[in-house]
Amino acid sequence: MSLISNATVLFGKELRTEFRSRELLTTTVVFVLMVVVLFSFTFDPSSTESRRFAPGLLWLAFLFAASLMLQPCFLREQTNDTLSALRLSVSDPFAIFLAKLAANTLFLLITELLMLPVFSILFNIPVGSVVGSLVLVFFLGSLGISVTGTALSAISAQARMRELLLPILLLPLLTPVLIASTEATAALLDPAPAFRRDWIGFLAVFDIVFLTALWLFGEYLLEE
Amino acid sequence: MSAPIDGPGIRFDKIDKRYGGLYALRRVSLEIANGECVVLAGRNGSGKTTLLRIAARLVRPTSGTVTFSGEVGSDASRPAPVGFVAHATMVYDELSAEENLLLFGRLLAVRSIAARVAEMLSGLGIYERRGSLVRTFSRGMRQRVAIARALLHQPSVLLLDEPATGLDSVSVAWLARTLKQLRDSGCTMLMSLHGESEISALATRAIRLDAGAIAADSAAGASLRSILSFNATP
Repeated sequence: MSLISNATVLFGKELRTEFRSRELLTTTVVFVLMVVVLFSFTFDPSSTESRRFAPGLLWLAFLFAASLMLQPCFLREQTNDTLSALRLSVSDPFAIFLAKLAANTLFLLITELLMLPVFSILFNIPVGSVVGSLVLVFFLGSLGISVTGTALSAISAQARMRELLLPILLLPLLTPVLIASTEATAALLDPAPAFRRDWIGFLAVFDIVFLTALWLFGEYLLEE
Repeated sequence: MSAPIDGPGIRFDKIDKRYGGLYALRRVSLEIANGECVVLAGRNGSGKTTLLRIAARLVRPTSGTVTFSGEVGSDASRPAPVGFVAHATMVYDELSAEENLLLFGRLLAVRSIAARVAEMLSGLGIYERRGSLVRTFSRGMRQRVAIARALLHQPSVLLLDEPATGLDSVSVAWLARTLKQLRDSGCTMLMSLHGESEISALATRAIRLDAGAIAADSAAGASLRSILSFNATP
């Protein structure tokens, strides 16, 4: 119970600090917007090719944006050694991870939902009929990115060359999420939309496996 | 403040800490009685901060254990029942003083948290600035918030790592008064300090660390004053 209540308190702190500064959301939204717009210039939006490639480009943009967004996740806790204060205050260190990954998932999801209409217009792909299913794919993909990214952010924050280390570790590890999310999104954006249970199931399993690993070993990632 | 309990307040048992091949601490065994105010002295790199962070269970020792009075066994995965004040303030600059204290109070499950936070802010003389972001505070005021955070849950053991760093003489005098009140109320304190000051005058015992080992202990016959003045010696 203290795990959930501690995580809830910390989640509130994450939201308060982000909505006060708007640092992460603003930079992430602007970054994804730029990438999506630039991608749209390189393809003919009316061609069927764009329908094939756009989901992959969209998820690549989300992935790069996430690697930017996740960088300060634990780095910010080092400024005043607040991570030590948190470790002294919570009975289960997983609460720290739970709060951060929930906040990261939410921020990523907000970015994705803001980008969806822009993507739809620029690539000329109607999404109205599959929004519900797309939100599910976005949520599962974002959760996978956040779980692995939050864990790796804790590791990279204590390392030298931390700015390079996170993307180098994160991007290869998230290849399965990229493939599954892209395939599931592409199937939904097809002229004959399909709900690919196999890829969506794969995303759910990935999330559960990495969440369990973080719960079991997360404590060691926070040690000095 | 919690009532003193019989037996040592903190027991360090054969603590070793190695970073690669470098020993930060070597076979440190130490018992600190309840209510003692112990000053750790020693040159930079002598192991003072490492010992304090091991006591706070922020750093895992390579071998050895730390136990607190009232604890059965030593579980390094449990948060240490201590208040900890370090060089860094350990509070969020982008939250107000009140928001910081409410945050940590809720995490520590402090009862009647709003009243306790108001009491702490008043006691530390920052109630009027409770709604201001910590980043707008002077170093002295930040340190007051840091001490309020460390004392929120009324710990019986307080660990302080050079708490006077960066403070002006007025803030050091305030800190000395606050720590004296805590010492007189029975709080066990272990702090690292550089040189003699109003704060070191509170010490009931002093220990000098040298290259990670205990080089002198006033409880074992060494002069408390000579240990405290060690850092001032060129």
